[in-house]
Amino acid sequence: MSDKPEKFIDENGLRLDGRQVDEMRPMKMELGVISRADGSCYLEWGKNKVMAAVYGPRELHPRRMQKADSVLIRYRYNMAAFSVEDRIRPGPNRRSIEISKVSREAFEPVVLTHLYPGAVIDVFAEVLQADAGTRTAAINAASMALADAGIPMKGLVAACAVGKVDGQLVLDLNKAEDNFGDADFPMTFTQDGEVSLVQMDGNFTQEEFKQAVEMCKEGCQKILGMQQEALRNKFAGELSTDEVDVELIEEDVVEAESDDVDEGAAEPEEVDEDVEESQDDVEDHSMIKADEPEFEEDEPEDEPESEEDEPEEETA
Amino acid sequence: MECNIVIPGQFLSDDAGKSGHGTYVKDGKVYSLLYGIMNAKNKMSVIPFSSKYIPSRKDFVVGTVINVTPSNWIFDIGSPYDGLLHVSEYPRRVDSDKMSGIMGISDSALLRVKDVSSSMKVELSMRERGLRALKTGRILEVSPAKVPRVIGHGGSMVSMLKKETNCEIFVGQNGRIWIDGTDGNMDRLAEAVEMIMEHSHSSGLTDRVCRFLRNVSDDDSENDENTQKGDFAEDEEDECKVHGDACRTVDALLDAEDE
Repeated sequence: MSDKPEKFIDENGLRLDGRQVDEMRPMKMELGVISRADGSCYLEWGKNKVMAAVYGPRELHPRRMQKADSVLIRYRYNMAAFSVEDRIRPGPNRRSIEISKVSREAFEPVVLTHLYPGAVIDVFAEVLQADAGTRTAAINAASMALADAGIPMKGLVAACAVGKVDGQLVLDLNKAEDNFGDADFPMTFTQDGEVSLVQMDGNFTQEEFKQAVEMCKEGCQKILGMQQEALRNKFAGELSTDEVDVELIEEDVVEAESDDVDEGAAEPEEVDEDVEESQDDVEDHSMIKADEPEFEEDEPEDEPESEEDEPEEETA
Repeated sequence: MECNIVIPGQFLSDDAGKSGHGTYVKDGKVYSLLYGIMNAKNKMSVIPFSSKYIPSRKDFVVGTVINVTPSNWIFDIGSPYDGLLHVSEYPRRVDSDKMSGIMGISDSALLRVKDVSSSMKVELSMRERGLRALKTGRILEVSPAKVPRVIGHGGSMVSMLKKETNCEIFVGQNGRIWIDGTDGNMDRLAEAVEMIMEHSHSSGLTDRVCRFLRNVSDDDSENDENTQKGDFAEDEEDECKVHGDACRTVDALLDAEDE
Protein backbone atom coordinates (compact mmCIF):
# COMPACT_ATOMS: atom_id res chain seq x y z
CA MET A 1 0.00 0.00 0.00
CA SER A 2 3.05 2.17 0.19
CA ASP A 3 2.69 3.26 -3.44
CA LYS A 4 -0.77 4.61 -2.91
CA PRO A 5 -0.98 8.14 -4.23
CA GLU A 6 -2.42 10.74 -1.88
CA LYS A 7 -4.81 12.08 -4.43
CA PHE A 8 -6.09 10.43 -7.58
CA ILE A 9 -7.64 13.53 -9.04
CA ASP A 10 -5.87 16.88 -8.85
CA GLU A 11 -7.42 20.32 -8.32
CA ASN A 12 -7.87 20.72 -12.10
CA GLY A 13 -9.98 17.58 -12.23
CA LEU A 14 -7.28 15.60 -14.01
CA ARG A 15 -6.22 12.07 -13.11
CA LEU A 16 -2.74 10.75 -12.38
CA ASP A 17 -2.00 10.21 -16.06
CA GLY A 18 -3.51 13.53 -17.05
CA ARG A 19 -6.82 12.21 -18.30
CA GLN A 20 -10.28 13.62 -17.67
CA VAL A 21 -12.54 11.47 -15.50
CA ASP A 22 -14.51 10.31 -18.53
CA GLU A 23 -11.57 9.92 -20.85
CA MET A 24 -10.22 6.56 -22.04
CA ARG A 25 -6.60 5.69 -22.62
CA PRO A 26 -5.61 5.81 -26.28
CA MET A 27 -6.37 2.59 -28.12
CA LYS A 28 -4.67 1.14 -31.15
CA MET A 29 -5.57 -2.05 -32.98
CA GLU A 30 -4.21 -4.06 -35.83
CA LEU A 31 -5.90 -6.95 -37.60
CA GLY A 32 -4.51 -10.10 -39.13
CA VAL A 33 -1.24 -10.09 -37.19
CA ILE A 34 -0.94 -13.87 -36.85
CA SER A 35 -0.61 -15.53 -40.21
CA ARG A 36 -1.50 -19.06 -39.15
CA ALA A 37 -4.61 -18.03 -37.25
CA ASP A 38 -7.97 -17.70 -38.98
CA GLY A 39 -8.43 -14.31 -37.38
CA SER A 40 -6.26 -12.23 -35.11
CA CYS A 41 -5.96 -8.81 -33.56
CA TYR A 42 -3.27 -6.97 -31.67
CA LEU A 43 -4.56 -4.27 -29.39
CA GLU A 44 -2.81 -1.64 -27.36
CA TRP A 45 -4.80 0.27 -24.80
CA GLY A 46 -2.66 2.63 -22.81
CA LYS A 47 0.08 0.38 -21.50
CA ASN A 48 -1.95 -2.78 -22.05
CA LYS A 49 -0.80 -4.96 -24.90
CA VAL A 50 -3.02 -7.83 -25.87
CA MET A 51 -2.93 -10.32 -28.70
CA ALA A 52 -6.04 -12.28 -29.64
CA ALA A 53 -6.18 -15.18 -32.08
CA VAL A 54 -9.18 -17.13 -33.33
CA TYR A 55 -8.96 -20.62 -34.82
CA GLY A 56 -11.93 -22.32 -36.33
CA PRO A 57 -14.59 -23.42 -36.63
CA ARG A 58 -12.55 -26.60 -36.55
CA GLU A 59 -12.91 -30.20 -35.55
CA LEU A 60 -13.27 -30.70 -31.82
CA HIS A 61 -11.32 -33.28 -29.89
CA PRO A 62 -12.04 -34.89 -27.49
CA ARG A 63 -15.32 -35.86 -29.09
CA ARG A 64 -17.16 -36.02 -25.81
CA MET A 65 -16.91 -32.25 -25.59
CA GLN A 66 -18.79 -31.85 -28.87
CA LYS A 67 -22.21 -30.27 -28.74
CA ALA A 68 -24.58 -31.96 -31.15
CA ASP A 69 -26.47 -28.82 -32.13
CA SER A 70 -24.03 -25.98 -31.78
CA VAL A 71 -20.43 -24.95 -31.94
CA LEU A 72 -18.39 -24.89 -28.77
CA ILE A 73 -16.54 -21.70 -28.00
CA ARG A 74 -13.36 -22.03 -26.00
CA TYR A 75 -11.84 -18.85 -24.67
CA ARG A 76 -8.45 -18.76 -23.05
CA TYR A 77 -7.38 -15.64 -21.26
CA ASN A 78 -3.76 -15.85 -20.28
CA MET A 79 -1.28 -13.44 -18.84
CA ALA A 80 2.26 -13.90 -20.02
CA ALA A 81 4.74 -14.46 -17.22
CA PHE A 82 6.48 -11.22 -18.17
CA SER A 83 3.32 -9.14 -18.49
CA VAL A 84 3.54 -7.63 -15.00
CA GLU A 85 6.36 -6.21 -12.90
CA ASP A 86 6.83 -9.27 -10.72
CA ARG A 87 7.00 -12.36 -12.87
CA ILE A 88 3.85 -14.43 -12.47
CA ARG A 89 3.75 -18.18 -12.54
CA PRO A 90 2.86 -19.22 -16.08
CA GLY A 91 -0.24 -21.20 -16.90
CA PRO A 92 -3.85 -20.93 -15.86
CA ASN A 93 -4.67 -19.86 -12.34
CA ARG A 94 -7.89 -19.21 -10.48
CA ARG A 95 -8.15 -15.66 -11.77
CA SER A 96 -7.47 -16.44 -15.42
CA ILE A 97 -9.85 -19.40 -15.42
CA GLU A 98 -12.62 -17.20 -14.08
CA ILE A 99 -11.92 -14.44 -16.58
CA SER A 100 -11.86 -16.98 -19.41
CA LYS A 101 -15.27 -18.22 -18.37
CA VAL A 102 -16.99 -14.85 -18.11
CA SER A 103 -15.33 -13.60 -21.29
CA ARG A 104 -16.51 -16.63 -23.20
CA GLU A 105 -20.03 -15.98 -22.01
CA ALA A 106 -19.71 -12.36 -23.07
CA PHE A 107 -19.69 -13.55 -26.70
CA GLU A 108 -22.65 -15.89 -26.37
CA PRO A 109 -25.34 -13.37 -27.35
CA VAL A 110 -23.61 -12.41 -30.60
CA VAL A 111 -21.99 -15.52 -32.09
CA LEU A 112 -24.29 -17.69 -34.18
CA THR A 113 -23.44 -21.05 -32.70
CA HIS A 114 -26.00 -23.24 -34.46
CA LEU A 115 -24.27 -23.01 -37.84
CA TYR A 116 -21.39 -25.31 -36.97
CA PRO A 117 -22.70 -28.22 -34.89
CA GLY A 118 -20.04 -30.36 -33.26
CA ALA A 119 -17.19 -28.00 -34.10
CA VAL A 120 -15.18 -25.64 -31.94
CA ILE A 121 -14.06 -22.03 -32.17
CA ASP A 122 -10.91 -21.43 -30.17
CA VAL A 123 -10.21 -17.93 -28.94
CA PHE A 124 -6.84 -17.21 -27.38
CA ALA A 125 -6.34 -13.89 -25.66
CA GLU A 126 -2.79 -13.41 -24.56
CA VAL A 127 -1.86 -10.48 -22.35
CA LEU A 128 1.67 -9.40 -23.22
CA GLN A 129 1.79 -6.35 -21.01
CA ALA A 130 -0.71 -5.61 -18.28
CA ASP A 131 -1.72 -2.28 -16.84
CA ALA A 132 -5.24 -2.69 -15.44
CA GLY A 133 -8.24 -3.54 -17.56
CA THR A 134 -6.70 -6.49 -19.35
CA ARG A 135 -9.90 -8.52 -19.44
CA THR A 136 -11.73 -5.71 -21.20
CA ALA A 137 -8.80 -5.18 -23.58
CA ALA A 138 -8.78 -8.92 -24.30
CA ILE A 139 -12.50 -8.94 -25.04
CA ASN A 140 -12.16 -5.98 -27.40
CA ALA A 141 -9.33 -7.71 -29.24
CA ALA A 142 -11.14 -11.05 -29.33
CA SER A 143 -14.24 -9.41 -30.74
CA MET A 144 -12.20 -8.04 -33.64
CA ALA A 145 -10.37 -11.32 -34.15
CA LEU A 146 -13.68 -13.19 -34.37
CA ALA A 147 -14.90 -10.82 -37.06
CA ASP A 148 -11.58 -11.17 -38.87
CA ALA A 149 -11.93 -14.96 -38.82
CA GLY A 150 -15.25 -14.68 -40.65
CA ILE A 151 -17.30 -16.01 -37.75
CA PRO A 152 -20.95 -15.02 -38.18
CA MET A 153 -21.87 -12.58 -35.44
CA LYS A 154 -24.89 -10.37 -34.81
CA GLY A 155 -22.52 -7.56 -33.97
CA LEU A 156 -19.30 -6.71 -32.26
CA VAL A 157 -18.91 -6.53 -28.52
CA ALA A 158 -16.99 -3.86 -26.69
CA ALA A 159 -15.85 -3.82 -23.10
CA CYS A 160 -14.58 -1.21 -20.72
CA ALA A 161 -14.44 -0.54 -17.01
CA VAL A 162 -15.59 2.20 -14.68
CA GLY A 163 -14.10 2.67 -11.23
CA LYS A 164 -14.26 4.95 -8.24
CA VAL A 165 -11.37 6.95 -6.86
CA ASP A 166 -11.58 9.81 -4.36
CA GLY A 167 -15.36 9.28 -4.35
CA GLN A 168 -15.48 10.14 -8.04
CA LEU A 169 -16.43 7.80 -10.89
CA VAL A 170 -13.72 7.43 -13.51
CA LEU A 171 -13.72 5.67 -16.87
CA ASP A 172 -11.09 3.08 -17.80
CA LEU A 173 -8.94 2.61 -14.70
CA ASN A 174 -5.18 2.66 -14.84
CA LYS A 175 -2.95 0.56 -12.64
CA ALA A 176 -2.87 2.82 -9.58
CA GLU A 177 -6.60 3.48 -9.72
CA ASP A 178 -7.25 -0.23 -10.05
CA ASN A 179 -4.99 -1.21 -7.16
CA PHE A 180 -5.93 1.49 -4.68
CA GLY A 181 -9.31 2.69 -5.91
CA ASP A 182 -12.63 2.02 -4.21
CA ALA A 183 -14.32 0.12 -7.04
CA ASP A 184 -13.64 -1.60 -10.35
CA PHE A 185 -16.62 -2.32 -12.56
CA PRO A 186 -15.92 -3.89 -15.96
CA MET A 187 -18.83 -4.27 -18.34
CA THR A 188 -19.33 -5.61 -21.85
CA PHE A 189 -21.95 -4.28 -24.22
CA THR A 190 -23.14 -5.67 -27.50
CA GLN A 191 -23.90 -3.29 -30.29
CA ASP A 192 -27.60 -3.26 -29.38
CA GLY A 193 -26.80 -2.13 -25.85
CA GLU A 194 -27.25 -5.56 -24.32
CA VAL A 195 -25.04 -6.27 -21.34
CA SER A 196 -23.11 -9.51 -21.73
CA LEU A 197 -20.65 -9.20 -18.86
CA VAL A 198 -20.74 -7.41 -15.54
CA GLN A 199 -18.27 -7.88 -12.77
CA MET A 200 -17.70 -5.72 -9.77
CA ASP A 201 -15.13 -5.27 -7.13
CA GLY A 202 -15.71 -2.64 -4.41
CA ASN A 203 -18.71 -0.53 -3.52
CA PHE A 204 -21.05 1.77 -5.37
CA THR A 205 -24.18 3.49 -4.09
CA GLN A 206 -27.29 2.82 -6.10
CA GLU A 207 -26.98 6.22 -7.71
CA GLU A 208 -23.32 5.68 -8.55
CA PHE A 209 -24.11 2.29 -10.02
CA LYS A 210 -26.59 3.76 -12.47
CA GLN A 211 -24.16 6.48 -13.40
CA ALA A 212 -21.37 3.94 -13.84
CA VAL A 213 -23.47 1.87 -16.22
CA GLU A 214 -24.10 4.95 -18.31
CA MET A 215 -20.41 5.88 -18.36
CA CYS A 216 -19.47 2.35 -19.37
CA LYS A 217 -22.04 2.34 -22.10
CA GLU A 218 -20.69 5.55 -23.54
CA GLY A 219 -17.12 4.29 -23.35
CA CYS A 220 -18.08 1.04 -25.04
CA GLN A 221 -19.77 2.93 -27.83
CA LYS A 222 -16.57 4.85 -28.48
CA ILE A 223 -14.63 1.57 -28.55
CA LEU A 224 -17.21 0.08 -30.88
CA GLY A 225 -16.68 3.00 -33.23
CA MET A 226 -12.92 2.43 -33.18
CA GLN A 227 -13.35 -1.29 -33.80
CA GLN A 228 -15.62 -0.61 -36.76
CA GLU A 229 -13.16 1.81 -38.24
CA ALA A 230 -10.24 -0.55 -37.81
CA LEU A 231 -12.18 -3.29 -39.58
CA ARG A 232 -13.19 -0.99 -42.42
CA ASN A 233 -9.64 0.23 -42.86
CA LYS A 234 -8.05 -3.18 -43.12
CA PHE A 235 -8.93 -3.50 -46.78
CA ALA A 236 -9.35 0.20 -47.48
CA GLY A 237 -6.00 0.37 -49.25
CA GLU A 238 -6.80 -2.43 -51.63
CA LEU A 239 -10.29 -1.26 -52.40
CA SER A 240 -9.52 2.41 -52.83
CA THR A 241 -7.12 1.58 -55.65
CA ASP A 242 -10.19 0.39 -57.52
CA GLU A 243 -12.29 3.38 -56.70
CA VAL A 244 -9.62 5.45 -58.40
CA ASP A 245 -11.25 4.92 -61.80
CA VAL A 246 -14.49 6.38 -60.62
CA GLU A 247 -13.39 9.39 -58.65
CA LEU A 248 -10.61 11.95 -58.54
CA ILE A 249 -7.56 10.18 -59.79
CA GLU A 250 -4.57 11.98 -58.33
CA GLU A 251 -5.78 12.42 -54.79
CA ASP A 252 -6.98 8.89 -54.44
CA VAL A 253 -3.74 7.41 -55.66
CA VAL A 254 -1.86 9.24 -52.96
CA GLU A 255 -4.37 8.11 -50.41
CA ALA A 256 -4.17 4.54 -51.54
CA GLU A 257 -0.42 4.55 -51.20
CA SER A 258 -0.50 5.91 -47.71
CA ASP A 259 -3.07 3.28 -46.83
CA ASP A 260 -0.77 0.57 -48.03
CA VAL A 261 1.94 1.87 -45.78
CA ASP A 262 0.09 1.76 -42.52
CA GLU A 263 -1.83 -1.38 -43.46
CA GLY A 264 -5.04 -0.30 -41.85
CA ALA A 265 -3.43 0.09 -38.45
CA ALA A 266 -3.10 3.12 -36.22
CA GLU A 267 -4.80 6.46 -36.93
CA PRO A 268 -8.28 5.57 -38.07
CA GLU A 269 -9.39 9.19 -38.66
CA GLU A 270 -6.79 9.74 -41.30
CA VAL A 271 -8.04 7.13 -43.71
CA ASP A 272 -11.75 7.51 -43.24
CA GLU A 273 -12.26 10.16 -45.82
CA ASP A 274 -14.46 8.22 -48.17
CA VAL A 275 -17.87 9.76 -48.31
CA GLU A 276 -19.81 6.52 -48.26
CA GLU A 277 -17.98 5.28 -45.24
CA SER A 278 -18.61 8.32 -43.15
CA GLN A 279 -22.24 8.13 -44.14
CA ASP A 280 -22.30 4.60 -42.86
CA ASP A 281 -20.89 5.79 -39.61
CA VAL A 282 -23.71 8.23 -39.25
CA GLU A 283 -26.20 5.48 -39.89
CA ASP A 284 -24.55 3.26 -37.34
CA HIS A 285 -24.63 5.80 -34.62
CA SER A 286 -28.21 6.76 -35.26
CA MET A 287 -29.08 3.10 -35.05
CA ILE A 288 -27.35 2.66 -31.76
CA LYS A 289 -28.89 5.80 -30.38
CA ALA A 290 -32.31 4.66 -31.42
CA ASP A 291 -31.81 1.59 -29.29
CA GLU A 292 -30.76 3.43 -26.22
CA PRO A 293 -34.20 3.86 -24.62
CA GLU A 294 -34.76 0.13 -25.05
CA PHE A 295 -31.65 -0.57 -23.11
CA GLU A 296 -33.02 1.11 -19.99
CA GLU A 297 -35.91 -1.33 -19.99
CA ASP A 298 -33.77 -4.33 -20.80
CA GLU A 299 -31.21 -3.67 -18.16
CA PRO A 300 -32.97 -5.20 -15.13
CA GLU A 301 -33.41 -8.42 -17.07
CA ASP A 302 -29.79 -8.53 -18.05
CA GLU A 303 -28.33 -8.04 -14.65
CA PRO A 304 -29.26 -11.33 -13.02
CA GLU A 305 -28.03 -13.24 -16.06
CA SER A 306 -24.66 -11.68 -16.16
CA GLU A 307 -22.88 -11.89 -12.83
CA GLU A 308 -23.85 -13.12 -9.43
CA ASP A 309 -22.24 -10.64 -7.16
CA GLU A 310 -23.56 -7.30 -8.24
CA PRO A 311 -27.22 -7.27 -7.09
CA GLU A 312 -26.05 -7.53 -3.50
CA GLU A 313 -23.53 -4.85 -4.06
CA GLU A 314 -26.19 -2.56 -5.33
CA THR A 315 -28.36 -2.89 -2.26
CA ALA A 316 -25.43 -2.65 0.09
CA MET B 1 -22.64 2.40 -54.12
CA GLU B 2 -23.41 -1.20 -54.81
CA CYS B 3 -20.39 -2.56 -53.00
CA ASN B 4 -18.97 -1.80 -49.63
CA ILE B 5 -17.04 -3.28 -46.77
CA VAL B 6 -19.47 -4.28 -44.08
CA ILE B 7 -18.86 -5.46 -40.57
CA PRO B 8 -20.94 -7.69 -38.29
CA GLY B 9 -24.03 -5.90 -37.03
CA GLN B 10 -24.00 -3.21 -39.67
CA PHE B 11 -27.38 -2.00 -40.82
CA LEU B 12 -28.01 -2.95 -44.45
CA SER B 13 -31.65 -2.46 -45.36
CA ASP B 14 -35.14 -1.64 -44.08
CA ASP B 15 -36.67 -4.37 -46.21
CA ALA B 16 -36.68 -7.69 -44.36
CA GLY B 17 -37.40 -9.50 -47.62
CA LYS B 18 -33.96 -8.53 -48.92
CA SER B 19 -32.11 -10.61 -46.34
CA GLY B 20 -29.74 -12.95 -48.16
CA HIS B 21 -26.68 -15.00 -47.29
CA GLY B 22 -24.58 -13.62 -44.45
CA THR B 23 -27.30 -11.38 -43.07
CA TYR B 24 -29.94 -11.56 -40.38
CA VAL B 25 -33.23 -9.82 -39.71
CA LYS B 26 -34.08 -8.08 -36.49
CA ASP B 27 -37.21 -5.95 -35.99
CA GLY B 28 -37.85 -5.99 -39.72
CA LYS B 29 -34.40 -4.65 -40.56
CA VAL B 30 -31.50 -6.42 -42.22
CA TYR B 31 -28.07 -6.47 -40.60
CA SER B 32 -24.80 -8.07 -41.61
CA LEU B 33 -23.55 -11.21 -39.89
CA LEU B 34 -20.11 -11.19 -41.42
CA TYR B 35 -17.07 -9.08 -42.07
CA GLY B 36 -16.84 -8.87 -45.83
CA ILE B 37 -18.14 -7.23 -48.94
CA MET B 38 -21.80 -6.45 -49.42
CA ASN B 39 -23.57 -7.50 -52.56
CA ALA B 40 -26.83 -5.62 -53.11
CA LYS B 41 -27.78 -7.07 -56.47
CA ASN B 42 -31.26 -8.34 -55.82
CA LYS B 43 -30.98 -9.53 -52.25
CA MET B 44 -28.60 -8.14 -49.68
CA SER B 45 -25.86 -10.64 -49.09
CA VAL B 46 -22.41 -10.48 -47.56
CA ILE B 47 -19.38 -12.32 -48.91
CA PRO B 48 -16.88 -12.82 -46.08
CA PHE B 49 -13.21 -11.91 -46.46
CA SER B 50 -12.23 -15.19 -44.89
CA SER B 51 -14.15 -18.30 -44.03
CA LYS B 52 -13.80 -21.99 -43.39
CA TYR B 53 -15.21 -24.42 -45.90
CA ILE B 54 -18.54 -25.76 -44.74
CA PRO B 55 -19.61 -28.61 -47.02
CA SER B 56 -22.90 -28.41 -48.83
CA ARG B 57 -24.62 -30.71 -51.28
CA LYS B 58 -23.25 -30.97 -54.81
CA ASP B 59 -19.95 -29.24 -54.03
CA PHE B 60 -16.88 -30.52 -55.81
CA VAL B 61 -14.00 -31.04 -53.40
CA VAL B 62 -10.47 -32.38 -53.29
CA GLY B 63 -10.01 -34.70 -50.34
CA THR B 64 -7.22 -36.64 -48.69
CA VAL B 65 -7.76 -40.05 -47.12
CA ILE B 66 -7.15 -39.99 -43.37
CA ASN B 67 -8.59 -43.39 -42.54
CA VAL B 68 -9.92 -46.51 -44.21
CA THR B 69 -12.68 -48.47 -42.48
CA PRO B 70 -14.21 -51.76 -43.74
CA SER B 71 -16.85 -49.89 -45.73
CA ASN B 72 -15.75 -46.25 -45.90
CA TRP B 73 -12.85 -44.07 -46.83
CA ILE B 74 -12.69 -41.13 -44.47
CA PHE B 75 -11.50 -37.97 -46.17
CA ASP B 76 -10.13 -34.75 -44.84
CA ILE B 77 -11.85 -32.15 -46.98
CA GLY B 78 -10.32 -29.07 -45.37
CA SER B 79 -13.34 -28.35 -43.22
CA PRO B 80 -14.28 -28.92 -39.57
CA TYR B 81 -16.15 -32.02 -40.73
CA ASP B 82 -14.65 -35.15 -42.29
CA GLY B 83 -16.19 -36.69 -45.38
CA LEU B 84 -17.21 -40.32 -45.80
CA LEU B 85 -16.89 -42.12 -49.08
CA HIS B 86 -18.78 -45.39 -48.95
CA VAL B 87 -17.40 -48.27 -51.08
CA SER B 88 -20.63 -48.29 -53.04
CA GLU B 89 -19.90 -44.72 -54.13
CA TYR B 90 -16.65 -45.80 -55.73
CA PRO B 91 -17.08 -46.23 -59.50
CA ARG B 92 -16.21 -49.92 -59.41
CA ARG B 93 -17.12 -52.74 -57.06
CA VAL B 94 -14.43 -53.05 -54.43
CA ASP B 95 -13.93 -55.75 -51.84
CA SER B 96 -13.40 -54.35 -48.42
CA ASP B 97 -9.99 -55.99 -48.01
CA LYS B 98 -8.76 -54.27 -51.18
CA MET B 99 -9.92 -50.79 -50.24
CA SER B 100 -6.62 -49.50 -48.94
CA GLY B 101 -4.94 -50.87 -52.08
CA ILE B 102 -7.05 -48.53 -54.18
CA MET B 103 -6.80 -45.49 -51.95
CA GLY B 104 -4.63 -45.61 -48.85
CA ILE B 105 -4.03 -43.05 -46.15
CA SER B 106 -2.63 -39.77 -47.56
CA ASP B 107 -3.92 -40.49 -51.08
CA SER B 108 -6.02 -37.74 -52.60
CA ALA B 109 -9.09 -37.82 -54.79
CA LEU B 110 -11.50 -35.61 -56.65
CA LEU B 111 -14.92 -35.97 -55.08
CA ARG B 112 -18.40 -34.56 -54.93
CA VAL B 113 -20.48 -34.01 -51.82
CA LYS B 114 -23.49 -36.29 -52.13
CA ASP B 115 -25.31 -35.21 -49.01
CA VAL B 116 -24.81 -33.37 -45.73
CA SER B 117 -26.98 -34.29 -42.77
CA SER B 118 -28.13 -31.80 -40.15
CA SER B 119 -25.50 -33.14 -37.77
CA MET B 120 -22.93 -32.43 -40.48
CA LYS B 121 -22.26 -36.01 -41.53
CA VAL B 122 -20.77 -35.50 -44.97
CA GLU B 123 -21.34 -38.19 -47.58
CA LEU B 124 -19.10 -38.11 -50.61
CA SER B 125 -19.41 -39.67 -54.03
CA MET B 126 -17.07 -40.55 -56.84
CA ARG B 127 -19.69 -41.81 -59.26
CA GLU B 128 -19.45 -39.00 -61.71
CA ARG B 129 -17.48 -38.14 -64.80
CA GLY B 130 -14.04 -36.77 -64.08
CA LEU B 131 -13.96 -37.78 -60.45
CA ARG B 132 -11.17 -40.15 -59.54
CA ALA B 133 -8.34 -41.03 -57.23
CA LEU B 134 -5.26 -38.92 -57.96
CA LYS B 135 -1.91 -40.40 -58.89
CA THR B 136 -0.07 -37.40 -60.34
CA GLY B 137 -0.03 -33.64 -60.05
CA ARG B 138 -0.01 -31.24 -57.13
CA ILE B 139 -2.55 -29.84 -54.72
CA LEU B 140 -2.57 -26.13 -53.92
CA GLU B 141 -4.46 -24.76 -50.96
CA VAL B 142 -6.22 -21.41 -51.01
CA SER B 143 -8.78 -19.75 -48.80
CA PRO B 144 -12.24 -21.16 -49.61
CA ALA B 145 -13.61 -17.60 -49.63
CA LYS B 146 -11.42 -16.88 -52.65
CA VAL B 147 -12.35 -19.91 -54.73
CA PRO B 148 -14.79 -17.87 -56.85
CA ARG B 149 -11.91 -15.64 -57.91
CA VAL B 150 -9.88 -18.63 -59.08
CA ILE B 151 -12.84 -19.86 -61.10
CA GLY B 152 -13.60 -16.44 -62.51
CA HIS B 153 -16.70 -15.08 -64.17
CA GLY B 154 -18.33 -18.01 -65.91
CA GLY B 155 -15.09 -19.96 -65.48
CA SER B 156 -13.05 -17.34 -67.35
CA MET B 157 -10.10 -17.45 -64.97
CA VAL B 158 -9.84 -21.23 -64.93
CA SER B 159 -10.07 -21.54 -68.70
CA MET B 160 -7.45 -18.82 -69.11
CA LEU B 161 -5.13 -20.60 -66.67
CA LYS B 162 -5.64 -23.88 -68.49
CA LYS B 163 -4.92 -22.32 -71.84
CA GLU B 164 -1.86 -20.39 -70.72
CA THR B 165 -0.18 -23.17 -68.80
CA ASN B 166 -1.38 -26.34 -70.56
CA CYS B 167 -2.16 -27.78 -67.14
CA GLU B 168 -5.16 -29.73 -66.06
CA ILE B 169 -6.94 -27.91 -63.22
CA PHE B 170 -9.66 -28.98 -60.82
CA VAL B 171 -10.84 -26.35 -58.36
CA GLY B 172 -12.57 -27.76 -55.30
CA GLN B 173 -15.05 -25.63 -53.40
CA ASN B 174 -13.02 -26.43 -50.29
CA GLY B 175 -10.14 -24.29 -51.49
CA ARG B 176 -7.99 -27.14 -52.72
CA ILE B 177 -6.87 -26.95 -56.30
CA TRP B 178 -5.48 -29.97 -58.07
CA ILE B 179 -3.17 -29.22 -60.98
CA ASP B 180 -1.35 -31.56 -63.32
CA GLY B 181 1.13 -30.83 -66.08
CA THR B 182 4.86 -30.49 -66.60
CA ASP B 183 6.86 -29.29 -63.61
CA GLY B 184 7.64 -25.91 -65.16
CA ASN B 185 4.03 -25.27 -66.08
CA MET B 186 2.84 -26.27 -62.64
CA ASP B 187 5.34 -23.85 -61.07
CA ARG B 188 4.00 -21.03 -63.21
CA LEU B 189 0.43 -21.95 -62.41
CA ALA B 190 1.16 -22.09 -58.70
CA GLU B 191 2.66 -18.61 -58.93
CA ALA B 192 -0.37 -17.36 -60.82
CA VAL B 193 -2.69 -18.75 -58.15
CA GLU B 194 -0.61 -17.07 -55.49
CA MET B 195 -0.99 -13.84 -57.40
CA ILE B 196 -4.74 -14.28 -57.56
CA MET B 197 -4.79 -14.70 -53.78
CA GLU B 198 -2.73 -11.60 -53.22
CA HIS B 199 -4.74 -9.37 -55.53
CA SER B 200 -8.11 -10.99 -54.99
CA HIS B 201 -9.83 -7.70 -54.23
CA SER B 202 -8.71 -5.78 -57.28
CA SER B 203 -10.34 -5.44 -60.66
CA GLY B 204 -9.18 -6.70 -64.04
CA LEU B 205 -7.56 -9.64 -62.31
CA THR B 206 -7.95 -12.14 -65.13
CA ASP B 207 -6.25 -9.69 -67.44
CA ARG B 208 -3.37 -9.12 -65.06
CA VAL B 209 -2.81 -12.80 -64.38
CA CYS B 210 -2.90 -13.45 -68.10
CA ARG B 211 -0.24 -10.80 -68.69
CA PHE B 212 1.80 -12.20 -65.83
CA LEU B 213 1.74 -15.70 -67.28
CA ARG B 214 2.67 -14.42 -70.70
CA ASN B 215 5.64 -12.47 -69.35
CA VAL B 216 6.93 -15.53 -67.61
CA SER B 217 6.68 -17.56 -70.80
CA ASP B 218 8.11 -14.81 -73.02
CA ASP B 219 11.38 -16.68 -73.43
CA ASP B 220 9.77 -19.49 -75.38
CA SER B 221 7.15 -17.42 -77.13
CA GLU B 222 5.82 -18.54 -80.48
CA ASN B 223 3.88 -16.59 -83.05
CA ASP B 224 0.70 -18.58 -83.22
CA GLU B 225 0.60 -18.85 -79.50
CA ASN B 226 0.70 -15.08 -79.26
CA THR B 227 -2.20 -14.58 -81.60
CA GLN B 228 -4.20 -16.96 -79.53
CA LYS B 229 -3.41 -14.97 -76.45
CA GLY B 230 -4.23 -11.74 -78.22
CA ASP B 231 -7.75 -12.92 -78.86
CA PHE B 232 -8.03 -13.90 -75.33
CA ALA B 233 -6.84 -10.60 -73.95
CA GLU B 234 -9.57 -8.82 -75.88
CA ASP B 235 -12.18 -10.93 -74.20
CA GLU B 236 -10.74 -10.06 -70.85
CA GLU B 237 -10.78 -6.37 -71.59
CA ASP B 238 -14.44 -6.45 -72.45
CA GLU B 239 -15.15 -8.13 -69.22
CA CYS B 240 -13.14 -5.59 -67.30
CA LYS B 241 -15.11 -2.74 -68.79
CA VAL B 242 -18.39 -4.26 -67.78
CA HIS B 243 -17.25 -5.05 -64.27
CA GLY B 244 -14.81 -2.25 -63.73
CA ASP B 245 -15.44 -2.23 -60.05
CA ALA B 246 -13.68 -4.85 -58.01
CA CYS B 247 -16.47 -5.66 -55.68
CA ARG B 248 -19.00 -5.96 -58.41
CA THR B 249 -16.68 -8.37 -60.11
CA VAL B 250 -16.55 -10.41 -56.96
CA ASP B 251 -20.31 -10.36 -56.82
CA ALA B 252 -20.70 -11.38 -60.39
CA LEU B 253 -18.37 -14.28 -59.85
CA LEU B 254 -20.26 -15.43 -56.87
CA ASP B 255 -23.56 -15.12 -58.66
CA ALA B 256 -22.20 -17.17 -61.49
CA GLU B 257 -21.18 -19.71 -58.92
CA ASP B 258 -24.68 -19.92 -57.53
CA GLU B 259 -26.27 -20.58 -60.87
